[in-house]
Amino acid sequence: MGEQLYDIIIVGGGPAGLSAAYSAWQNGAKKILVLERDREAGGILQQCIHNGFGLHHFKEELTGPGYAQRCYDLVKDKPEIEILVDTMVLNVGEDKTVTAVSPKHGLINVHGKTIILTMGCRERTRGAIRIPGYRPAGVFTAGAAQRMVNMEGYLPGKKIVILGSGDIGLIMARRMSLEGCKVQAVLEICPFSNGLTRNMVQCLYDYNIPLHLSHTITAIHGKDRVTGVTVAKVDDHMQPIPGTEFDIECDTLLLSVGLIPENELSRGLGLAMHPLTNGPIVDQHRETSIPGIFAAGNVVHVHDLVDFVSEEAEIAGKYAALKAQDQITPEVADVKIEAIDEVRTCVPQHVRAAAEGETIRLFMRVRKPMKKVRLTVKSGDDTLLTKVLPVAKPSEMIAVNIPADKAKGHHADWTVSVKEEA
Amino acid sequence: MSVETKQLNCINCPLGCLLTVTITDGNITNVTGNTCPRGEKYAHQELTNPQRMLTSTVRIEGGELPLLPVVSKTTLPKGKILDCAAALRNVTIQAPVKTGDVVAANILGLGVDIIASRDMDKI
Repeated sequence: MGEQLYDIIIVGGGPAGLSAAYSAWQNGAKKILVLERDREAGGILQQCIHNGFGLHHFKEELTGPGYAQRCYDLVKDKPEIEILVDTMVLNVGEDKTVTAVSPKHGLINVHGKTIILTMGCRERTRGAIRIPGYRPAGVFTAGAAQRMVNMEGYLPGKKIVILGSGDIGLIMARRMSLEGCKVQAVLEICPFSNGLTRNMVQCLYDYNIPLHLSHTITAIHGKDRVTGVTVAKVDDHMQPIPGTEFDIECDTLLLSVGLIPENELSRGLGLAMHPLTNGPIVDQHRETSIPGIFAAGNVVHVHDLVDFVSEEAEIAGKYAALKAQDQITPEVADVKIEAIDEVRTCVPQHVRAAAEGETIRLFMRVRKPMKKVRLTVKSGDDTLLTKVLPVAKPSEMIAVNIPADKAKGHHADWTVSVKEEA
Repeated sequence: MSVETKQLNCINCPLGCLLTVTITDGNITNVTGNTCPRGEKYAHQELTNPQRMLTSTVRIEGGELPLLPVVSKTTLPKGKILDCAAALRNVTIQAPVKTGDVVAANILGLGVDIIASRDMDKI
Protein backbone atom coordinates (compact mmCIF):
# COMPACT_ATOMS: atom_id res chain seq x y z
CA MET A 1 0.00 0.00 0.00
CA GLY A 2 1.43 3.35 -0.99
CA GLU A 3 0.65 6.58 0.81
CA GLN A 4 -2.98 7.32 0.10
CA LEU A 5 -5.43 10.06 0.99
CA TYR A 6 -8.80 8.98 2.35
CA ASP A 7 -11.85 11.08 3.17
CA ILE A 8 -12.15 9.19 6.46
CA ILE A 9 -9.95 6.69 8.27
CA ILE A 10 -11.72 4.73 11.00
CA VAL A 11 -9.62 3.12 13.73
CA GLY A 12 -11.45 -0.04 14.87
CA GLY A 13 -13.99 -2.22 13.04
CA GLY A 14 -16.42 -3.02 15.87
CA PRO A 15 -20.03 -1.84 15.93
CA ALA A 16 -18.95 1.81 16.29
CA GLY A 17 -16.47 1.66 13.40
CA LEU A 18 -18.86 -0.19 11.07
CA SER A 19 -21.80 2.09 11.91
CA ALA A 20 -19.62 5.17 11.41
CA ALA A 21 -18.43 3.83 8.03
CA TYR A 22 -21.98 3.22 6.84
CA SER A 23 -23.18 6.62 7.98
CA ALA A 24 -20.17 8.33 6.33
CA TRP A 25 -20.99 6.51 3.10
CA GLN A 26 -24.65 7.58 3.35
CA ASN A 27 -23.48 11.16 3.76
CA GLY A 28 -21.39 11.24 0.63
CA ALA A 29 -17.86 10.20 1.67
CA LYS A 30 -16.18 8.53 -1.31
CA LYS A 31 -13.06 6.96 0.17
CA ILE A 32 -13.44 5.32 3.57
CA LEU A 33 -10.88 3.05 5.25
CA VAL A 34 -11.62 0.89 8.32
CA LEU A 35 -8.65 -0.60 10.18
CA GLU A 36 -9.37 -3.61 12.42
CA ARG A 37 -6.80 -5.53 14.46
CA ASP A 38 -8.80 -8.76 14.86
CA ARG A 39 -9.08 -11.40 12.12
CA GLU A 40 -12.54 -10.14 11.18
CA ALA A 41 -14.73 -7.08 11.73
CA GLY A 42 -17.46 -7.03 14.40
CA GLY A 43 -15.44 -6.34 17.53
CA ILE A 44 -16.56 -7.62 20.91
CA LEU A 45 -20.02 -8.56 19.56
CA GLN A 46 -18.57 -11.73 17.99
CA GLN A 47 -18.11 -13.21 21.46
CA CYS A 48 -21.37 -11.84 22.94
CA ILE A 49 -23.45 -14.76 21.65
CA HIS A 50 -26.46 -14.02 23.88
CA ASN A 51 -29.53 -12.19 22.58
CA GLY A 52 -30.99 -8.83 23.57
CA PHE A 53 -29.13 -6.62 21.07
CA GLY A 54 -30.68 -4.41 18.43
CA LEU A 55 -34.17 -3.71 19.80
CA HIS A 56 -33.70 0.06 19.34
CA HIS A 57 -31.43 0.19 16.29
CA PHE A 58 -32.71 -2.66 14.12
CA LYS A 59 -36.18 -2.96 15.79
CA GLU A 60 -35.52 -6.67 16.27
CA GLU A 61 -33.96 -8.78 19.01
CA LEU A 62 -30.60 -10.08 17.78
CA THR A 63 -27.60 -11.96 19.19
CA GLY A 64 -24.23 -10.17 19.33
CA PRO A 65 -22.88 -11.94 16.22
CA GLY A 66 -26.25 -11.31 14.54
CA TYR A 67 -25.94 -7.58 15.25
CA ALA A 68 -22.35 -7.55 13.95
CA GLN A 69 -23.51 -9.34 10.81
CA ARG A 70 -26.15 -6.66 10.20
CA CYS A 71 -23.58 -3.89 10.58
CA TYR A 72 -21.12 -5.72 8.34
CA ASP A 73 -23.69 -6.49 5.64
CA LEU A 74 -24.40 -2.75 5.34
CA VAL A 75 -20.78 -1.94 4.43
CA LYS A 76 -19.24 -5.08 2.91
CA ASP A 77 -19.92 -4.64 -0.81
CA LYS A 78 -19.49 -0.88 -1.06
CA PRO A 79 -16.60 0.07 -3.36
CA GLU A 80 -16.18 3.29 -1.36
CA ILE A 81 -15.48 1.37 1.87
CA GLU A 82 -12.28 -0.61 2.36
CA ILE A 83 -11.84 -2.79 5.47
CA LEU A 84 -8.38 -4.05 6.44
CA VAL A 85 -8.35 -6.78 9.10
CA ASP A 86 -5.35 -8.13 11.03
CA THR A 87 -4.20 -4.52 11.03
CA MET A 88 -2.95 -2.86 14.19
CA VAL A 89 -2.83 0.92 14.32
CA LEU A 90 0.36 2.08 16.05
CA ASN A 91 0.00 5.82 15.82
CA VAL A 92 -2.37 8.57 14.76
CA GLY A 93 -0.68 11.90 14.09
CA GLU A 94 -2.14 15.37 14.51
CA ASP A 95 -1.69 15.80 10.74
CA LYS A 96 -4.09 12.80 10.38
CA THR A 97 -1.43 10.35 9.26
CA VAL A 98 -2.20 6.84 10.47
CA THR A 99 0.60 4.31 10.92
CA ALA A 100 -0.38 0.65 11.10
CA VAL A 101 1.09 -2.82 10.61
CA SER A 102 -0.36 -5.97 9.12
CA PRO A 103 1.12 -9.33 8.08
CA LYS A 104 -0.20 -8.78 4.55
CA HIS A 105 0.83 -5.17 3.89
CA GLY A 106 3.69 -4.66 6.35
CA LEU A 107 4.03 -1.09 7.56
CA ILE A 108 1.20 1.11 6.35
CA ASN A 109 1.10 4.91 6.26
CA VAL A 110 -2.18 6.44 5.19
CA HIS A 111 -3.53 9.96 5.40
CA GLY A 112 -7.10 11.03 6.15
CA LYS A 113 -8.97 14.30 5.67
CA THR A 114 -10.74 13.19 8.86
CA ILE A 115 -10.23 10.39 11.39
CA ILE A 116 -12.79 8.59 13.54
CA LEU A 117 -11.51 6.86 16.66
CA THR A 118 -13.60 3.78 17.50
CA MET A 119 -11.20 1.61 19.52
CA GLY A 120 -13.77 0.53 22.11
CA CYS A 121 -12.80 -0.38 25.64
CA ARG A 122 -11.05 -3.13 27.54
CA GLU A 123 -11.45 -4.85 30.86
CA ARG A 124 -9.95 -3.93 34.18
CA THR A 125 -7.74 -6.76 35.43
CA ARG A 126 -6.65 -8.24 38.73
CA GLY A 127 -3.89 -5.65 38.92
CA ALA A 128 -6.44 -2.84 38.86
CA ILE A 129 -8.20 -4.08 42.00
CA ARG A 130 -5.16 -5.37 43.90
CA ILE A 131 -6.33 -8.72 45.28
CA PRO A 132 -3.57 -10.17 47.48
CA GLY A 133 -2.27 -13.73 47.18
CA TYR A 134 -0.24 -15.89 44.83
CA ARG A 135 -0.53 -15.63 41.05
CA PRO A 136 -1.96 -19.07 40.21
CA ALA A 137 -3.45 -20.05 36.85
CA GLY A 138 -7.23 -19.82 36.68
CA VAL A 139 -7.80 -16.06 37.12
CA PHE A 140 -9.37 -14.57 33.99
CA THR A 141 -11.23 -11.44 33.09
CA ALA A 142 -14.82 -12.36 32.24
CA GLY A 143 -14.41 -11.15 28.66
CA ALA A 144 -11.27 -13.23 28.06
CA ALA A 145 -13.13 -16.30 29.36
CA GLN A 146 -16.10 -15.39 27.15
CA ARG A 147 -13.89 -15.38 24.08
CA MET A 148 -12.40 -18.77 25.04
CA VAL A 149 -15.81 -20.37 25.63
CA ASN A 150 -17.76 -18.79 22.77
CA MET A 151 -15.20 -18.50 19.95
CA GLU A 152 -12.17 -20.65 20.62
CA GLY A 153 -13.69 -23.78 22.13
CA TYR A 154 -12.01 -23.99 25.53
CA LEU A 155 -13.47 -24.00 29.04
CA PRO A 156 -11.38 -21.98 31.48
CA GLY A 157 -12.42 -24.26 34.38
CA LYS A 158 -15.24 -26.23 35.98
CA LYS A 159 -15.94 -24.63 39.35
CA ILE A 160 -16.32 -20.91 39.01
CA VAL A 161 -16.50 -17.82 41.24
CA ILE A 162 -17.31 -14.49 39.61
CA LEU A 163 -16.27 -11.16 41.11
CA GLY A 164 -18.48 -8.30 39.91
CA SER A 165 -22.18 -8.35 39.08
CA GLY A 166 -22.15 -6.14 36.01
CA ASP A 167 -23.86 -7.51 32.93
CA ILE A 168 -20.75 -9.30 31.64
CA GLY A 169 -20.35 -11.12 34.97
CA LEU A 170 -24.03 -12.12 34.99
CA ILE A 171 -24.01 -13.25 31.36
CA MET A 172 -20.91 -15.37 32.02
CA ALA A 173 -22.53 -16.95 35.10
CA ARG A 174 -25.29 -18.28 32.84
CA ARG A 175 -22.93 -19.18 30.02
CA MET A 176 -20.68 -21.30 32.27
CA SER A 177 -23.78 -23.02 33.74
CA LEU A 178 -25.01 -23.88 30.23
CA GLU A 179 -21.62 -25.46 29.47
CA GLY A 180 -21.97 -27.74 32.48
CA CYS A 181 -19.80 -25.79 34.94
CA LYS A 182 -20.77 -25.09 38.54
CA VAL A 183 -20.94 -21.39 39.34
CA GLN A 184 -20.40 -21.21 43.09
CA ALA A 185 -21.22 -17.55 43.65
CA VAL A 186 -21.22 -14.03 42.24
CA LEU A 187 -19.71 -11.39 44.53
CA GLU A 188 -20.45 -7.67 44.36
CA ILE A 189 -18.69 -5.00 46.40
CA CYS A 190 -21.56 -2.51 45.99
CA PRO A 191 -24.79 -2.87 47.99
CA PHE A 192 -26.67 -3.17 44.67
CA SER A 193 -26.10 -5.16 41.49
CA ASN A 194 -24.58 -3.26 38.60
CA GLY A 195 -26.39 -5.39 36.04
CA LEU A 196 -29.84 -5.17 34.50
CA THR A 197 -32.69 -6.72 36.51
CA ARG A 198 -33.58 -8.95 33.57
CA ASN A 199 -30.06 -10.38 33.64
CA MET A 200 -30.31 -11.01 37.39
CA VAL A 201 -33.44 -13.06 36.73
CA GLN A 202 -32.33 -14.91 33.59
CA CYS A 203 -28.69 -15.48 34.51
CA LEU A 204 -28.64 -15.95 38.30
CA TYR A 205 -32.11 -16.80 39.66
CA ASP A 206 -32.85 -19.25 36.83
CA TYR A 207 -29.71 -21.23 37.76
CA ASN A 208 -29.93 -20.78 41.56
CA ILE A 209 -26.58 -18.98 41.67
CA PRO A 210 -26.03 -17.11 44.96
CA LEU A 211 -25.28 -13.36 44.76
CA HIS A 212 -23.44 -11.82 47.72
CA LEU A 213 -23.91 -8.04 47.73
CA SER A 214 -21.48 -5.85 49.73
CA HIS A 215 -18.87 -8.64 49.55
CA THR A 216 -15.42 -8.81 48.01
CA ILE A 217 -12.48 -11.18 47.70
CA THR A 218 -9.67 -10.66 50.21
CA ALA A 219 -7.42 -13.55 49.11
CA ILE A 220 -6.95 -15.93 46.20
CA HIS A 221 -5.72 -19.40 47.21
CA GLY A 222 -3.64 -21.92 45.29
CA LYS A 223 -0.08 -21.86 44.04
CA ASP A 224 -0.13 -23.43 40.57
CA ARG A 225 -3.90 -23.36 40.09
CA VAL A 226 -6.65 -21.48 41.93
CA THR A 227 -8.12 -23.68 44.71
CA GLY A 228 -10.46 -21.15 46.30
CA VAL A 229 -11.03 -17.59 47.45
CA THR A 230 -11.61 -15.90 50.80
CA VAL A 231 -14.58 -13.57 50.79
CA ALA A 232 -15.49 -10.85 53.29
CA LYS A 233 -18.37 -8.47 53.82
CA VAL A 234 -17.49 -4.81 53.28
CA ASP A 235 -18.53 -1.72 55.25
CA ASP A 236 -20.00 1.53 53.89
CA HIS A 237 -16.52 2.57 52.69
CA MET A 238 -16.05 -0.74 50.83
CA GLN A 239 -13.47 -1.91 53.37
CA PRO A 240 -13.53 -5.62 54.41
CA ILE A 241 -15.01 -6.16 57.88
CA PRO A 242 -12.72 -8.39 60.01
CA GLY A 243 -14.41 -11.54 61.27
CA THR A 244 -16.84 -11.82 58.33
CA GLU A 245 -14.51 -13.88 56.12
CA PHE A 246 -15.50 -17.22 54.61
CA ASP A 247 -13.93 -19.46 51.96
CA ILE A 248 -15.40 -20.62 48.65
CA GLU A 249 -13.80 -23.52 46.76
CA CYS A 250 -13.22 -22.96 43.03
CA ASP A 251 -10.73 -23.68 40.25
CA THR A 252 -11.46 -20.51 38.32
CA LEU A 253 -12.05 -16.87 39.22
CA LEU A 254 -13.65 -14.58 36.64
CA LEU A 255 -13.27 -10.82 37.10
CA SER A 256 -16.00 -8.53 35.86
CA VAL A 257 -14.78 -5.38 37.54
CA GLY A 258 -15.24 -2.62 35.03
CA LEU A 259 -14.25 -1.41 31.59
CA ILE A 260 -11.79 1.27 30.54
CA PRO A 261 -12.02 3.12 27.21
CA GLU A 262 -8.93 2.21 25.18
CA ASN A 263 -7.32 5.57 24.57
CA GLU A 264 -3.57 5.08 24.07
CA LEU A 265 -3.86 6.52 20.56
CA SER A 266 -6.00 9.44 21.80
CA ARG A 267 -3.46 10.26 24.52
CA GLY A 268 -0.63 9.99 21.99
CA LEU A 269 -2.47 12.59 19.96
CA GLY A 270 -2.78 14.84 22.99
CA LEU A 271 -6.59 14.98 22.83
CA ALA A 272 -8.34 16.70 25.74
CA MET A 273 -9.69 13.88 27.93
CA HIS A 274 -12.52 13.79 30.47
CA PRO A 275 -11.44 12.50 33.92
CA LEU A 276 -14.72 10.64 34.65
CA THR A 277 -15.55 9.09 31.27
CA ASN A 278 -11.84 8.36 30.61
CA GLY A 279 -12.55 9.24 27.00
CA PRO A 280 -11.94 12.22 24.72
CA ILE A 281 -14.01 15.34 25.30
CA VAL A 282 -16.35 15.67 22.31
CA ASP A 283 -18.94 18.07 20.90
CA GLN A 284 -22.39 17.06 19.64
CA HIS A 285 -20.85 15.83 16.36
CA ARG A 286 -18.35 13.70 18.33
CA GLU A 287 -15.48 15.91 17.17
CA THR A 288 -12.60 15.94 19.68
CA SER A 289 -10.34 18.82 20.71
CA ILE A 290 -8.37 18.40 17.45
CA PRO A 291 -10.43 19.56 14.43
CA GLY A 292 -11.16 16.71 12.00
CA ILE A 293 -10.54 13.98 14.59
CA PHE A 294 -13.78 12.39 15.80
CA ALA A 295 -14.49 9.65 18.36
CA ALA A 296 -17.52 7.48 19.06
CA GLY A 297 -18.70 4.45 21.01
CA ASN A 298 -17.02 2.89 24.03
CA VAL A 299 -13.81 4.81 23.44
CA VAL A 300 -15.72 8.00 24.39
CA HIS A 301 -17.67 6.51 27.31
CA VAL A 302 -18.61 2.93 28.15
CA HIS A 303 -22.12 2.10 26.93
CA ASP A 304 -24.51 -0.58 28.14
CA LEU A 305 -26.42 -0.83 24.84
CA VAL A 306 -24.71 -1.38 21.49
CA ASP A 307 -27.73 0.33 19.92
CA PHE A 308 -26.56 3.62 21.44
CA VAL A 309 -23.01 2.92 20.24
CA SER A 310 -24.30 2.65 16.67
CA GLU A 311 -26.39 5.79 17.08
CA GLU A 312 -23.43 7.77 18.36
CA ALA A 313 -21.12 6.39 15.65
CA GLU A 314 -23.62 7.41 12.97
CA ILE A 315 -23.41 10.98 14.24
CA ALA A 316 -19.59 10.87 14.06
CA GLY A 317 -19.69 9.26 10.60
CA LYS A 318 -22.08 11.87 9.27
CA TYR A 319 -20.16 14.90 10.48
CA ALA A 320 -16.75 13.46 9.55
CA ALA A 321 -18.15 12.94 6.03
CA LEU A 322 -19.52 16.50 5.88
CA LYS A 323 -16.22 17.88 7.17
CA ALA A 324 -14.25 15.90 4.57
CA GLN A 325 -16.49 17.54 1.94
CA ASP A 326 -16.23 21.03 3.50
CA GLN A 327 -19.95 21.12 4.26
CA ILE A 328 -19.89 22.01 7.95
CA THR A 329 -22.09 24.92 9.03
CA PRO A 330 -19.99 27.58 10.77
CA GLU A 331 -20.40 27.72 14.55
CA VAL A 332 -21.66 30.85 16.29
CA ALA A 333 -20.94 29.79 19.88
CA ASP A 334 -19.20 27.08 21.90
CA VAL A 335 -21.54 26.06 24.72
CA LYS A 336 -20.31 23.95 27.63
CA ILE A 337 -22.51 21.20 29.11
CA GLU A 338 -21.98 20.60 32.80
CA ALA A 339 -23.17 17.48 34.67
CA ILE A 340 -24.54 18.51 38.08
CA ASP A 341 -26.41 17.03 41.07
CA GLU A 342 -26.82 13.24 40.60
CA VAL A 343 -25.59 13.25 36.98
CA ARG A 344 -22.06 11.81 36.96
CA THR A 345 -21.23 12.17 33.28
CA CYS A 346 -22.82 13.66 30.19
CA VAL A 347 -21.73 13.23 26.56
CA PRO A 348 -21.28 15.45 24.59
CA GLN A 349 -19.42 17.78 26.93
CA HIS A 350 -20.00 20.81 24.73
CA VAL A 351 -22.05 22.01 21.78
CA ARG A 352 -20.72 23.99 18.85
CA ALA A 353 -23.94 25.83 18.15
CA ALA A 354 -24.88 26.75 14.59
CA ALA A 355 -27.15 29.73 13.91
CA GLU A 356 -30.11 27.60 12.81
CA GLY A 357 -29.81 25.13 15.73
CA GLU A 358 -29.98 21.33 15.56
CA THR A 359 -31.36 18.50 17.68
CA ILE A 360 -28.89 17.68 20.45
CA ARG A 361 -28.95 14.17 21.95
CA LEU A 362 -27.49 13.86 25.43
CA PHE A 363 -26.24 10.57 26.94
CA MET A 364 -25.76 10.57 30.71
CA ARG A 365 -25.08 8.36 33.69
CA VAL A 366 -26.22 8.96 37.27
CA ARG A 367 -24.18 8.45 40.44
CA LYS A 368 -26.46 6.05 42.34
CA PRO A 369 -29.68 4.02 41.89
CA MET A 370 -32.80 6.15 42.49
CA LYS A 371 -36.55 5.98 42.04
CA LYS A 372 -38.69 8.81 40.66
CA VAL A 373 -36.19 11.47 39.63
CA ARG A 374 -36.53 14.75 37.77
CA LEU A 375 -34.17 15.37 34.88
CA THR A 376 -33.65 19.02 33.92
CA VAL A 377 -31.55 20.58 31.18
CA LYS A 378 -31.02 24.33 31.49
CA SER A 379 -29.18 27.03 29.58
CA GLY A 380 -28.51 29.75 32.11
CA ASP A 381 -31.94 30.22 33.72
CA ASP A 382 -33.93 28.92 30.74
CA THR A 383 -35.23 25.36 31.03
CA LEU A 384 -34.71 23.45 27.77
CA LEU A 385 -36.17 20.17 29.01
CA THR A 386 -37.60 18.76 32.22
CA LYS A 387 -39.14 15.36 32.82
CA VAL A 388 -39.71 12.73 35.49
CA LEU A 389 -38.14 9.28 35.14
CA PRO A 390 -39.54 6.31 37.14
CA VAL A 391 -36.06 4.85 37.80
CA ALA A 392 -32.44 5.89 37.26
CA LYS A 393 -29.48 3.53 37.73
CA PRO A 394 -25.73 3.98 37.19
CA SER A 395 -25.74 0.86 35.00
CA GLU A 396 -28.32 2.25 32.58
CA MET A 397 -27.39 5.17 30.37
CA ILE A 398 -30.10 7.81 30.01
CA ALA A 399 -30.58 9.41 26.59
CA VAL A 400 -32.68 12.51 25.88
CA ASN A 401 -33.16 14.82 22.90
CA ILE A 402 -33.14 18.59 23.02
CA PRO A 403 -35.10 19.52 19.89
CA ALA A 404 -33.56 22.05 17.49
CA ASP A 405 -36.16 24.74 18.26
CA LYS A 406 -35.36 24.45 22.00
CA ALA A 407 -31.58 24.32 21.52
CA LYS A 408 -31.47 27.22 19.07
CA GLY A 409 -30.03 30.45 20.40
CA HIS A 410 -29.33 29.10 23.91
CA HIS A 411 -25.68 30.02 24.07
CA ALA A 412 -25.35 30.38 27.86
CA ASP A 413 -23.63 27.24 29.23
CA TRP A 414 -25.94 24.27 29.82
CA THR A 415 -26.41 22.24 32.99
CA VAL A 416 -27.82 18.72 33.12
CA SER A 417 -29.33 17.75 36.46
CA VAL A 418 -31.03 14.70 37.97
CA LYS A 419 -32.58 15.00 41.42
CA GLU A 420 -34.80 12.74 43.48
CA GLU A 421 -38.37 14.03 43.59
CA ALA A 422 -39.52 14.92 47.09
CA MET B 1 -61.09 -19.42 48.95
CA SER B 2 -57.29 -19.24 49.08
CA VAL B 3 -55.59 -16.00 48.07
CA GLU B 4 -51.83 -15.63 47.77
CA THR B 5 -49.56 -13.00 46.21
CA LYS B 6 -46.25 -13.51 44.43
CA GLN B 7 -43.63 -10.99 43.33
CA LEU B 8 -41.51 -11.35 40.22
CA ASN B 9 -39.45 -9.14 37.92
CA CYS B 10 -40.55 -8.78 34.33
CA ILE B 11 -37.66 -9.57 31.94
CA ASN B 12 -39.10 -8.16 28.71
CA CYS B 13 -37.05 -4.97 28.72
CA PRO B 14 -34.33 -3.20 30.74
CA LEU B 15 -36.95 -1.48 32.96
CA GLY B 16 -37.39 -4.78 34.90
CA CYS B 17 -40.74 -3.91 36.53
CA LEU B 18 -41.46 -5.58 39.89
CA LEU B 19 -44.79 -7.32 39.38
CA THR B 20 -47.16 -8.32 42.18
CA VAL B 21 -49.45 -11.18 41.16
CA THR B 22 -52.58 -12.15 43.08
CA ILE B 23 -53.52 -15.83 42.82
CA THR B 24 -57.01 -16.84 43.90
CA ASP B 25 -57.76 -20.57 44.11
CA GLY B 26 -54.84 -21.29 41.80
CA ASN B 27 -55.88 -18.74 39.17
CA ILE B 28 -54.15 -15.42 38.46
CA THR B 29 -56.73 -12.77 39.28
CA ASN B 30 -54.66 -9.57 39.33
CA VAL B 31 -51.26 -8.23 38.20
CA THR B 32 -49.92 -4.86 39.38
CA GLY B 33 -46.60 -3.02 39.07
CA ASN B 34 -46.29 -3.46 35.30
CA THR B 35 -45.67 -0.40 33.12
CA CYS B 36 -46.97 -1.97 29.92
CA PRO B 37 -49.26 -4.85 28.83
CA ARG B 38 -46.26 -7.12 28.20
CA GLY B 39 -45.75 -7.29 31.98
CA GLU B 40 -49.16 -8.84 32.57
CA LYS B 41 -48.60 -11.35 29.77
CA TYR B 42 -45.19 -12.20 31.19
CA ALA B 43 -46.65 -12.82 34.67
CA HIS B 44 -49.19 -15.29 33.26
CA GLN B 45 -46.54 -17.06 31.17
CA GLU B 46 -43.96 -17.16 33.95
CA LEU B 47 -46.36 -18.65 36.51
CA THR B 48 -47.94 -21.20 34.17
CA ASN B 49 -45.32 -22.17 31.57
CA PRO B 50 -42.06 -20.18 31.93
CA GLN B 51 -40.11 -19.78 28.68
CA ARG B 52 -36.57 -18.65 27.81
CA MET B 53 -34.50 -18.13 24.70
CA LEU B 54 -31.37 -20.31 24.44
CA THR B 55 -28.07 -19.11 23.01
CA SER B 56 -25.05 -21.40 22.87
CA THR B 57 -22.42 -22.72 20.44
CA VAL B 58 -21.86 -25.88 18.39
CA ARG B 59 -18.63 -27.26 16.95
CA ILE B 60 -18.03 -26.45 13.29
CA GLU B 61 -15.51 -28.15 11.00
CA GLY B 62 -13.76 -26.39 8.15
CA GLY B 63 -14.84 -22.93 9.32
CA GLU B 64 -12.91 -19.77 10.20
CA LEU B 65 -13.49 -20.55 13.89
CA PRO B 66 -13.90 -23.86 15.76
CA LEU B 67 -17.28 -22.76 17.17
CA LEU B 68 -20.47 -21.40 15.64
CA PRO B 69 -22.84 -19.30 17.80
CA VAL B 70 -26.45 -20.50 17.69
CA VAL B 71 -29.83 -19.35 18.99
CA SER B 72 -33.23 -20.96 19.47
CA LYS B 73 -35.68 -19.74 16.83
CA THR B 74 -38.31 -19.10 19.51
CA THR B 75 -38.44 -19.59 23.26
CA LEU B 76 -38.11 -23.02 24.91
CA PRO B 77 -39.59 -24.27 28.19
CA LYS B 78 -37.35 -22.93 30.97
CA GLY B 79 -37.04 -26.38 32.56
CA LYS B 80 -35.58 -27.84 29.34
CA ILE B 81 -32.89 -25.20 28.74
CA LEU B 82 -30.04 -27.12 30.41
CA ASP B 83 -30.99 -30.33 28.59
CA CYS B 84 -31.01 -28.50 25.25
CA ALA B 85 -27.61 -26.90 25.99
CA ALA B 86 -26.20 -30.33 26.86
CA ALA B 87 -27.58 -31.76 23.59
CA LEU B 88 -25.89 -28.97 21.59
CA ARG B 89 -22.52 -29.92 23.06
CA ASN B 90 -22.68 -33.12 20.97
CA VAL B 91 -23.54 -31.38 17.69
CA THR B 92 -20.84 -30.86 15.04
CA ILE B 93 -21.63 -29.26 11.68
CA GLN B 94 -19.69 -28.46 8.52
CA ALA B 95 -18.84 -25.00 7.15
CA PRO B 96 -20.01 -22.98 5.30
CA VAL B 97 -23.07 -21.76 7.20
CA LYS B 98 -25.37 -18.77 6.68
CA THR B 99 -27.21 -16.82 9.38
CA GLY B 100 -30.54 -18.55 10.02
CA ASP B 101 -29.48 -22.00 8.76
CA VAL B 102 -30.95 -24.78 10.92
CA VAL B 103 -28.22 -26.36 13.03
CA ALA B 104 -30.38 -28.72 15.13
CA ALA B 105 -33.96 -29.26 13.96
CA ASN B 106 -36.74 -29.78 16.51
CA ILE B 107 -34.38 -29.98 19.47
CA LEU B 108 -35.32 -32.74 21.95
CA GLY B 109 -38.65 -33.00 20.16
CA LEU B 110 -39.77 -29.64 21.60
CA GLY B 111 -40.79 -28.28 18.20
CA VAL B 112 -38.14 -25.53 18.13
CA ASP B 113 -35.20 -25.30 15.71
CA ILE B 114 -31.74 -24.12 16.74
CA ILE B 115 -30.32 -21.79 14.07
CA ALA B 116 -26.95 -20.19 13.25
CA SER B 117 -26.62 -16.62 14.51
CA ARG B 118 -23.86 -15.63 12.03
CA ASP B 119 -22.36 -16.56 8.67
CA MET B 120 -19.26 -18.77 8.78
CA ASP B 121 -17.26 -19.19 5.59
CA LYS B 122 -15.35 -22.33 4.69
CA ILE B 123 -11.57 -21.93 4.76
